[in-house]
Amino acid sequence: MTKRKFGLGLSLVLAAGTILGACGSKDEETTKPKDSEGTGSEGTTEAVDFSLAMVTDVGGVDDKSFNQLAWEGIEAFGKENGLEKGDGGYDYLQSTGDADYITNLNNLVRRDFDVVYGIGFLMEEPIGTIADQQPEAQLAIIDAIVDKPNVASVMFKEQEGSFLAGVAAALMSESKQIGFVGGMEIPVIERFEAGFLEGVKAVDPSIKVDVQYTGKFDDAALGKTTANRMYSSGVDIIFHAAGGTGNGVFAEAKERKTKDANANVWVIGVDSDQYEEGAVGDKNITLTSMQKRVDIAVQTIAKEAMAGNFPGGKTVTYGLAEKGVQLADSRGAIPQEILDQVQEYSDKIAAGEIVVPETVE
Amino acid sequence: MSNRVVNILVPVISVILGLLVGAIVMLVSGYDPVQGYAALWNGIFGDTYAIGETIRQITPYLLAGLSVAFAFRTGLFNIGVEGQLLVGWFAAAYVGIAFDLPMYIHLPFAIIAAALAGALWAFIPGLLKAKLQVHEVIVTIMMNYIALHTTNALIKVVSDGGDNTGTINATASLKSAFFESITDYSRLHYGIFIALAMVLLMWFLLEKTTTGYELKAVGFNKHASEYAGMNVNKNIILSMVISGAFAGLAGAMEALGTFQYANVKGGFTGIGFDGIAVALLGANTPLGVIFGAVLFGSLKYGALNMPNEAGIPVEIVSIVIAIIIFFVACGYVIRYFLEKANKKKEAK
Repeated sequence: MTKRKFGLGLSLVLAAGTILGACGSKDEETTKPKDSEGTGSEGTTEAVDFSLAMVTDVGGVDDKSFNQLAWEGIEAFGKENGLEKGDGGYDYLQSTGDADYITNLNNLVRRDFDVVYGIGFLMEEPIGTIADQQPEAQLAIIDAIVDKPNVASVMFKEQEGSFLAGVAAALMSESKQIGFVGGMEIPVIERFEAGFLEGVKAVDPSIKVDVQYTGKFDDAALGKTTANRMYSSGVDIIFHAAGGTGNGVFAEAKERKTKDANANVWVIGVDSDQYEEGAVGDKNITLTSMQKRVDIAVQTIAKEAMAGNFPGGKTVTYGLAEKGVQLADSRGAIPQEILDQVQEYSDKIAAGEIVVPETVE
Repeated sequence: MSNRVVNILVPVISVILGLLVGAIVMLVSGYDPVQGYAALWNGIFGDTYAIGETIRQITPYLLAGLSVAFAFRTGLFNIGVEGQLLVGWFAAAYVGIAFDLPMYIHLPFAIIAAALAGALWAFIPGLLKAKLQVHEVIVTIMMNYIALHTTNALIKVVSDGGDNTGTINATASLKSAFFESITDYSRLHYGIFIALAMVLLMWFLLEKTTTGYELKAVGFNKHASEYAGMNVNKNIILSMVISGAFAGLAGAMEALGTFQYANVKGGFTGIGFDGIAVALLGANTPLGVIFGAVLFGSLKYGALNMPNEAGIPVEIVSIVIAIIIFFVACGYVIRYFLEKANKKKEAK
């Protein structure tokens, strides 16, 4: 009995040994070409000698919103220039908590990426710290200003795009009740809120906007309950600026649309064009999306850096005039006459006739 | 097999089993386990920077583990370490910013403020438990949420509506220029000495003092202790307060060491909850907590390098790390089988 058990144990150990052994040789094989590739790409290959990488905030790279858009921008840039994912090309690291930002940024800088992006406001302090420690590194931050000579800062006028979302929502709402679901109560999201409220007010000051902050960017369940409460109270359009939490808003709206095909529920997406998130069979509950072209911003910096003009120490602001924020194609959800009115406001804002406030009064 | 051999074999086997199952998970999902574990190893010990950051990560785990372990010894389940840590974090950061004092007053002041804040946060569940028999698990869990949102609100007040208190004064900082220079700018700070001192303090309190004896006695048997003339209620409150103070110190490590500020948080840090596992892995003894914290801290920090170096997605990494810890925690099961095998051998 014991002998048999011992034999079993022995064979297990042997099996494990062979498995691990096999992996060992595979490992050597895979690392070797990588190294030679690394040295080779510096001079000979046709791909450009430029590399870029980003660190996500806690939302993760598949948040269907802010981080994902930035990553898509980097991916597109990489493919355009014949780069590959990994060292010497393009890559990302995901953060699971505040303590990870510094480590992740540091790891990427150490892997010699030419530009390292910190995606999101939460990385303001970490980027500043790394910028001081690694004066040779070229860093970029989205949604915050870090005043260091080797950091390029990108800001968006979210309030301008959100204003248009507010106009569209106010004109489209039948119940005259509109919802806003925010993530954390931070200046960026407050700009979304301020612009949205202002846009609604510009069309019809009597419309009530139910503003709810969930306090989180990564809690879809919370987004769903918040949306549930809003729709049940008579709200018919919800604008979310809550990253991953906003996916719950979509889930709730889709659930209602599935149960009752005539339900009048809409969601206005954020950051990326979230049309596909809203598909319910052949219908769609995405009214439009307030696009924040993080992808364009990321690529612009990459292009400038590749040309040797890295905009270190500068802050670039993208508004309606720069096409950094815009409403996505509504694919027929919004009738043309309303779109025309939205366009009017858009032109006025771009021309500076309307100045949208950044904070809620 | 002698007892001693079993004692050494159990942790070794459990770690190996954990690594093996983790490797299978990586293989099945199409990643190279050797590369993965190499990345994990490099993430922990790869260079001085990694070592520094690993120790930095271990520091708050040590204190959170002590906090849970201490309450456990008195038979209390302190799930509120997370909340106590958050109030400690805020208190330390606030003192660090609001005052302008020479370092030898400022730094201890900030540290003590954090300990007091944590102690106060734990005093409430302790009092409720002692006087009204309200279960401390419920109260401490709820106190976590209260702490999260209260500190968030306070940070907003302190920073005039912002989301960050700003950097603390250098006189309250645990930052170490020496450690920075030898670890290539890692965030390793002097807090590790405080944490280790607290391990000693807990050992001393529990093993060498009358108070410690009473606390343990209450943990073993409340009624017997009462019969023996001990003040059970006093000991319950005292245990929670000391436990909370440890947790508050863990917050001070983050405020004065790692981050140098307090910021509005979208959710819990997780350190407090991991502290429960750290304490239990270490069988609630001070020395065991060191073992648990080192294991937890290293794996947690080293795991960050797995997506970085081996390209394994964060989700798989989380599973692998959880499996390793799971098997270590299962040490008892392995011990059981070893002993059973042993007995059979003897019977033959």
